[in-house]
Amino acid sequence: MAQSVLHTADSRGGADHGWLKSHHTFSFAGYFNPERIQFGALRVLNDDSVDGGMGFGDHPHDNMEIISLPLEGALQHKDSMGNLATIEPGEIQAMSAGTGIYHTEYNKDKTAAVKFLQIWIFPNKRNVEPRYDQVKIDTPKPNQLVQVLSPNADDAGVWIHQDAWFNLGKLDKDGTIDYQIHKKGNGAYIFVLEGKLEINGQLLDRRDGYGIWDIDSFTVKTSDQADFLIMEVPMEL
Amino acid sequence: METKDGIEHKTEILVVGTNESILATVLRLLNNNVAWKATGVSTIAGALASCKENVYQILMIGAGLTDEQEKNLAAQVCMIYPDIHIILHYGGGSGLLFAEIYLALGTKN
Repeated sequence: MAQSVLHTADSRGGADHGWLKSHHTFSFAGYFNPERIQFGALRVLNDDSVDGGMGFGDHPHDNMEIISLPLEGALQHKDSMGNLATIEPGEIQAMSAGTGIYHTEYNKDKTAAVKFLQIWIFPNKRNVEPRYDQVKIDTPKPNQLVQVLSPNADDAGVWIHQDAWFNLGKLDKDGTIDYQIHKKGNGAYIFVLEGKLEINGQLLDRRDGYGIWDIDSFTVKTSDQADFLIMEVPMEL
Repeated sequence: METKDGIEHKTEILVVGTNESILATVLRLLNNNVAWKATGVSTIAGALASCKENVYQILMIGAGLTDEQEKNLAAQVCMIYPDIHIILHYGGGSGLLFAEIYLALGTKN
């Protein structure tokens, strides 16, 4: 029988550092809620806004698959492996932190904020060799999904060390999209980027999150319009 | 902060990781909490030696050990402290660190 969990936008943890405003779906940094630790292998879903010219100074990561999905503006990345890159909407970045990596992330624009999702997935293997990847992704057409992440290097989007699949979706008024779970035991976490959605009778507003598991498939629909991200991840680590 | 015999004791945390700069960052972040005292080592031998000299409530295993080394370390430390909380640390910085400790202690202190 399908199981589900709803995380409304206003129930998320918040952090306001002036230059950085973040909403945390799950416990992160100074926000701790034992009821909101993770959804399966999905451990972090941060909805970040960084002021112009500001950013995260040099800081470390290890043993985590870190995905950045820009929504507005441009984010400049520089890391200890020698990568220097800028990511913008229409691109996705994945970093396997593995045995350890340092990086900086700055808003490339001096005035306008950069807005992006930072998503952390538990890896299926600890202490892998650190790696960085960034690819362009297609803009979803109405009532279609676009795969932006998978476990497979030769598949669409970036790849990570986990049996996870991410799809961006777009629905027009009265549109529907069916989603098939790729791997038995996986669940799906749907995050509404814009608009309103309905899944299994559950209405979702902008920035709401909805996790569903013990299912083989589900249908996303809307009576309005919507842009959303489906994150399929293992429920057991 | 644990209280024994009317005296408050810091929660002692042993952190093991081979990436020395990340280890230093993790130790700095943990020791910023007045209720915690974190000690870092970069080898299994160092961890076992430290366990014989100090009493730890938490063993945090950071990056750099093989799966087998992680299991061996956990098993050997458990023989010294059967009640110790063992955490596999993920993330390498402040993002998950505090939640990992809070969950191990079963509370936020």
